[in-house]
Amino acid sequence: MPSRYRIGQDPDYVPIGRRLLLLNWTLVLLLAALAGIGFAMLYSAANGSIEPWAERQMVRFAFGLVVMIIIAISDIRLWLRLSYVIYAVALILLIGVEIRGEIGMGAQRWINLGFFQLQPSELMKIALVLSLARYFHGLTVEETGSITLLIPPLLMVAAPAALVLRQPDLGTALLLIAGGGVIFWLSGVRIWKFGLVLAAGLAAIPIGWQFLHDYQKKRVLTFMNPENDPLGAGYHITQSKIALGSGGIFGKGYMLGSQSHLNFLPEKQTDFIFTMLGEEFGLVGGIALLLIYTLVIVYGFVIALRCRNQFGRLVALGITSTFFLYVFINIAMVMGLVPVVGVPLPLVSYGGTVMLTILVSFGLLLSVSVHRDIRISRQGNDDGRD
Amino acid sequence: MWHRDSDRFRMFTRRAAILGAGQGLLLTGLAARMYYLQVMESDRYTVLADDNRISHRLLPPPRGLITDRFGVPLAINQQNYHILIVREQTPDVRRTLEVLNRIIDLGADTIERVERDVARKRSFVPVTVRDNLSWDEVARIGVNAPDLPGIIIDAGQLRDYPEGPHLAHAMGYVAAVSEKELTGDPLLELPGFRVGKNGVERVYDLALRGKAGTSQVEVNALGRVIRELDREEGQSGSTVVMTLDIELQRYTNQRLSDKESAAAVVLDVHNGEVLALASHPSYDPNAFTNGISHKLWNSLLNNEYAPLTNKATNGSYAPGSTFKMCVALAALDAGVITPEQRFFCPGHLDLGSSRFHCWKRGGHGWVNLHDSMKHSCDVYYYEISQKIGIDRIAAMARKLGLGEPTGIDLPTERSGLIPTRDWKEVQIGQRWQGGETLISAIGQGYVLATPLQLATMTARLASGKAVVPHLTRDHIDADGTTTRIVEEFPEMAINRAHLNHIRNAMNGVTNETRGTAYNSRIKIAGMEMAGKTGTSQVRRITMRERTTTGVIGNDKLPWKFRDHALFVAFAPIENPRYACAVIVEHGGSGSGVAAPIARDILIKAQELNSSAPGISATTYQPGGQVSRPGKAVEEPSES
Repeated sequence: MPSRYRIGQDPDYVPIGRRLLLLNWTLVLLLAALAGIGFAMLYSAANGSIEPWAERQMVRFAFGLVVMIIIAISDIRLWLRLSYVIYAVALILLIGVEIRGEIGMGAQRWINLGFFQLQPSELMKIALVLSLARYFHGLTVEETGSITLLIPPLLMVAAPAALVLRQPDLGTALLLIAGGGVIFWLSGVRIWKFGLVLAAGLAAIPIGWQFLHDYQKKRVLTFMNPENDPLGAGYHITQSKIALGSGGIFGKGYMLGSQSHLNFLPEKQTDFIFTMLGEEFGLVGGIALLLIYTLVIVYGFVIALRCRNQFGRLVALGITSTFFLYVFINIAMVMGLVPVVGVPLPLVSYGGTVMLTILVSFGLLLSVSVHRDIRISRQGNDDGRD
Repeated sequence: MWHRDSDRFRMFTRRAAILGAGQGLLLTGLAARMYYLQVMESDRYTVLADDNRISHRLLPPPRGLITDRFGVPLAINQQNYHILIVREQTPDVRRTLEVLNRIIDLGADTIERVERDVARKRSFVPVTVRDNLSWDEVARIGVNAPDLPGIIIDAGQLRDYPEGPHLAHAMGYVAAVSEKELTGDPLLELPGFRVGKNGVERVYDLALRGKAGTSQVEVNALGRVIRELDREEGQSGSTVVMTLDIELQRYTNQRLSDKESAAAVVLDVHNGEVLALASHPSYDPNAFTNGISHKLWNSLLNNEYAPLTNKATNGSYAPGSTFKMCVALAALDAGVITPEQRFFCPGHLDLGSSRFHCWKRGGHGWVNLHDSMKHSCDVYYYEISQKIGIDRIAAMARKLGLGEPTGIDLPTERSGLIPTRDWKEVQIGQRWQGGETLISAIGQGYVLATPLQLATMTARLASGKAVVPHLTRDHIDADGTTTRIVEEFPEMAINRAHLNHIRNAMNGVTNETRGTAYNSRIKIAGMEMAGKTGTSQVRRITMRERTTTGVIGNDKLPWKFRDHALFVAFAPIENPRYACAVIVEHGGSGSGVAAPIARDILIKAQELNSSAPGISATTYQPGGQVSRPGKAVEEPSES
């Protein structure tokens, strides 16, 4: 089996150098721009110091960039073949941290690999997109109409979502469900079936509510009415809105955000970094950042639409949509449009794991772009030109 | 296979378009929300952000100074050094405190308390380690600063009364604001803020407080001050210049100091300025500024001689014979006697079944006004009081400032008591008895007066003006507006000739042989005084005591049953300037005990030229002391 990829025998083989040329460098540049904005904001968050955040974030980005490019020039078919394996590994690790969390005290969500802390729920975000894409890659449009054939992918989403929810990590669970849902949608699953699942989900809310931790309930309730508790749980949202609003159109200037620098704004280096940007650069800065994100998303769509294999298309939009969800939930959250669920702003917020997840997934997106012309049969063979 | 894939692609493209549109819509929503927050609601949030970061702090103004009439400081603000520790600036609080303990003595209690406080407060909040450091201690800490990380020396201000007990009663004191004194003025809520609690400190408290400054500081979410944005300096309190001559005040205190309990007042007879106001025993007002200890407070409170009471204004005493001027003046004014008219004193007067005794057993024989005053004959006053009745005596007494508060600028003052027929019917519900008029005529019975009232009475007799005593040289409003008191008191509606008769009679008391105070006369030419003795009984002498054992001498009675010794006087006789009243509680006879004190005080006042103009608050320059102009008598020169 591995012989299929032997050099010289593969008609779709593209030399490494050519793959680098095919790489969508504009997209890489946009990602670098986002990371650069992140560095600048982290420098400001530390009151004009690269310690403790900006420097580490740069090192991580540099490392992630290399990983991204390696993945980008690796053969997309490799990821197709490995997708279930990756999913299985991710699921086992998730169960592993869950069990360890039961035994040990508290919710530890990562596995220490010495040089790096692996967070299985992050790995799962990629693994789920890959495995769902592979599953639906093997189905015709007609077959997606079959309910029995939809059960395996539903389980694929439900299992990790339930595990992550137990951790408890509402944000990641939502991202997994929504990211999976996008692939179902793109594969042509009927709209009424989404309606059915949505209705079932809504019906399950009262039951699910009881399983939520107190702090999660509080977050939701606080979101409903932040002014009720201005110094308690509603403090974050209120202060974030004050910071944004007081920034006005042009902002207070770099490193001059009073809300951020006087610590009225919580978590300014992670979840609320957009608020700090909005305070210091105003509406202009906020819209500019939003435009860069929009461009990245547009590139994702373009890559997906230009790809000639279903796996690639699904992976591309699965990743793009997950990315979109990160951006949307984070910004909506700091502006008080959705509850505070703890989703970082991709590439800008401080945090190694999320940075790596995003860059690995963009590596896959770029790989889809590099290998857009490869046709892959539904069985997963590379002889798709029948 | 081919077209199946193209089916999938068409489906994918359609669904991707819908997905893209959805995402585009949501991103537009974010942009709209941003516009709403940052443009439409921006003003509101800008205000909220400023509320967050800007904190207004009050800067307590330095309390105004209080000086005597020549600019000698009587109440000042001392630098008060205290040491503070800031947790985040020291690697080890305990160690730092131990090092500090080797430099200045803290005590184990202090170290424990500081550690407790430090643990409770945020790491950047300074905690007081010790108050009231001496300059020497400050210097030692300064030298060792490198070994004392996190230790800060802070200077505050503490009210200081350099004269201490010499000036407790008129001055009052400051102390921490009590719960019921809070008016909503944020200044009062500042830790360490002090308000006047008594005396001049209390009366002029608002003017002395000054105006608080404000400091606008930027604070972070934890309340730590980041920087000062704006500062508006406050205005220190107004200087209050008292009418007192502190040298005379000290001398007066010293002169009273060998008595158990006594009071003395010296007034300027023309303008009512209080030159000395003493009440003995006294207390140290400095003990109150930092909160008086329970032990000291109780000992002051339970002291038999009432050191906390200002006896000069709040002690009511039967004036005894010092009241006789009122009676004589009332009789002259009413026209019922002439100064030369004589009455016979056999040593007593019988009224109904009662016998009223003169202090002199054998009587004074025939006496006119002058002799009655000079010898302090009681029967003469029994006789004339019967002719005019109590109400006319009372009217004259009031005219001379008795029976009602003088109006001095102090928080409290007793009004004394001048009885009338109506008064007795209303207050006691009984008819006035004829005998009570007789008793009142010699300043006994219901009649009560404060030493300040007696001094006022004497000043009015001496000057003929309706003077009102006051303790400060300027009227000072709460906002600090000062106007010099230049009040010319009006002439009293009393016949000048009658006043002269009284003054001459008082002159007889001190300057004619066999006058009751002849031994205490001032012998310095040009400084002579005129006065009147008073010895007021505090117990009833029974007929039995009189007839069997004889009246028991004061020295054989327990202290609190002895007579009060009083003396009132003015000097010099030509162009009177000073009026003085002295009372020695249970001191014995007015002539033997009170008169020498009044004599010495009046000599001192004239030597010091105490009533010299001095300064006014509007012209006061801190530090620049006005020298005493033109002394009446040359003294060894002083710097």
